[in-house]
Amino acid sequence: MSSASFSLSGLLSSFSEAWPTIGYLLGGAGTTCILILAAMLIGLVMGTVMASGQVYGPPWAGRLVDLYVWFFRGVPILVLMFLFHFGLAGLLETAAADLARSDLAARLFGARLNLRPRVSPFVSAVAVLGLCSAAYQSQIFRGAMQSIPVGQFRAALALGMSRRQAVAAVILPQALRLSIPAWSNEYSILLKDSAIAYVVGVSEIMSRFKAVASATHRYLLLYVLAGLLYYLLTAIGVRLLDRLRRRVRTPGLGESDATGY
Amino acid sequence: MNAPAQPVLEVRNLSKSLGGKLILDDVSLTLNKGELKVLIGPSGGGKSTLLQCVHYLHRPDRGDVFLEGRSAAEMGRRNICAFRQEIGMIFQDFNLFDHLDAENNVAIALRKVKGLAKAAALARARAELDRVGLADKADLFPAQLSGGQKQRVSIARALAMDPKVMLLDEPTSALDPDLIGEVLNVVADLARGGMTMLMATHQIGFARRLTREIIFMENGRIIETGRPDDLLAPASESRAAAFCAKLTELLGH
Ligand SMILES: Nc1ncnc2c1ncn2[C@@H]1O[C@H](COP(=O)(O)OP(=O)(O)OP(=O)(O)O)[C@@H](O)[C@H]1O
Ligand SMILES: [Mg+2]
Repeated sequence: MSSASFSLSGLLSSFSEAWPTIGYLLGGAGTTCILILAAMLIGLVMGTVMASGQVYGPPWAGRLVDLYVWFFRGVPILVLMFLFHFGLAGLLETAAADLARSDLAARLFGARLNLRPRVSPFVSAVAVLGLCSAAYQSQIFRGAMQSIPVGQFRAALALGMSRRQAVAAVILPQALRLSIPAWSNEYSILLKDSAIAYVVGVSEIMSRFKAVASATHRYLLLYVLAGLLYYLLTAIGVRLLDRLRRRVRTPGLGESDATGY
Repeated sequence: MNAPAQPVLEVRNLSKSLGGKLILDDVSLTLNKGELKVLIGPSGGGKSTLLQCVHYLHRPDRGDVFLEGRSAAEMGRRNICAFRQEIGMIFQDFNLFDHLDAENNVAIALRKVKGLAKAAALARARAELDRVGLADKADLFPAQLSGGQKQRVSIARALAMDPKVMLLDEPTSALDPDLIGEVLNVVADLARGGMTMLMATHQIGFARRLTREIIFMENGRIIETGRPDDLLAPASESRAAAFCAKLTELLGH
């Protein structure tokens, strides 16, 4: 019986064969979760700063952000991942090692250091997914910020706030609330994009399921389970974000207050 | 008989172009302590632009604004924030912060700008809401308030900063007729309390009762100024009188 043909007894024996690896497989889910949480956080921080600059900053800031977004929208994540991990990371490692051996390090730490810093696959993946998500998140926040009436910004300035204070205290809290649905969408996309981290050797869901599939030859079962696991993580994240959205909702604003037809 | 007039706000020779068009043309005026002056004039005449320039929300092209003798033109970025803090601004469309309840709308600038602790800021906020008759609405959000209540919250928000002058830009124009009174009453209370104010409005009857000087603006210039009774007397043949007659005809009061 070939492994591709389907029978109940075959599936059951697949299960029993794969079962001992369950801890290893679920550990991959842990790695994936940490990976995308870190990437989303980087994207959130960079995205809010970029959107603030684009909407309320000087014109050159807007052009800079446009350029950034244009680049990350235009290049596939797979290309970025290779470019970063096998190209840029090496340059960074050399630069860091040179710096550690330099006069500057001697002055700072009292000695020239002989370090060989390594950019791990995990760090590369977090960086690429984070930088990429920053581009998309910046446009989510930009749209949300532009939908807050500019009069509120003016009123904040009129009370004596600086532009930065007005953005932080008045515009962002509203824009972030409005962004949650789009953010939840970004989460679900990024979660699935994170499977690409497998190509640089991050030991996440895809990489571990592939390893077990190759070892046991139970390809069908393991890839179905991998798909289910991604589905489950998507559903949980989207649920949680929707709960957050409802918790921070401003009374009187938004759809659920409408009680008529 | 009166104490010598103390100028609080002096506007000198303000000019401003927007989009290549001259919107303010050499506008000057003085507000003495405790004075209420009323700006009237046709739509597009430059009233809003004037108030925003006084507040440096628009930077004037020429001219200067003096608050108690200090020149705004000579202030840097940082000092302009302090300057604005001392001038309250009321907008036609309220501009409340939608994500904050009434008391936090008032408290937020106390905390961010004046550096008050949360409890102190909220206590002050509730006192100001009480002053405009909204003590019982402190924890309602803008979307839960009527237009008149929103405008009163915005007045409380400005008052909490202890402004030396208040600028009001048609504070009742976005309100239903039956809500105008509650806002005008608050403004009248402020005037009686000695607040120095410059107010753009189409409420001619209100202006006549409360102000001693009406300023008529058209095409970015101050055309006429004077006591309401002189300026608006039908026999005066002033532009202001003609404008008000037209308003009265349109609005029917
Ligand atoms: N940002 C801008 N760019 C170009 N023109 C502007 C701008 N803002 C205002 N204007 C123009 O300036 C003129 C004066 O406008 P302003 O709002 O000051 O008048 P107003 O007297 O307050 O009128 P209203 O009674 O309708 O409020 C108008 O002709 C308006 O079209
Ligand atoms: Mg106006």
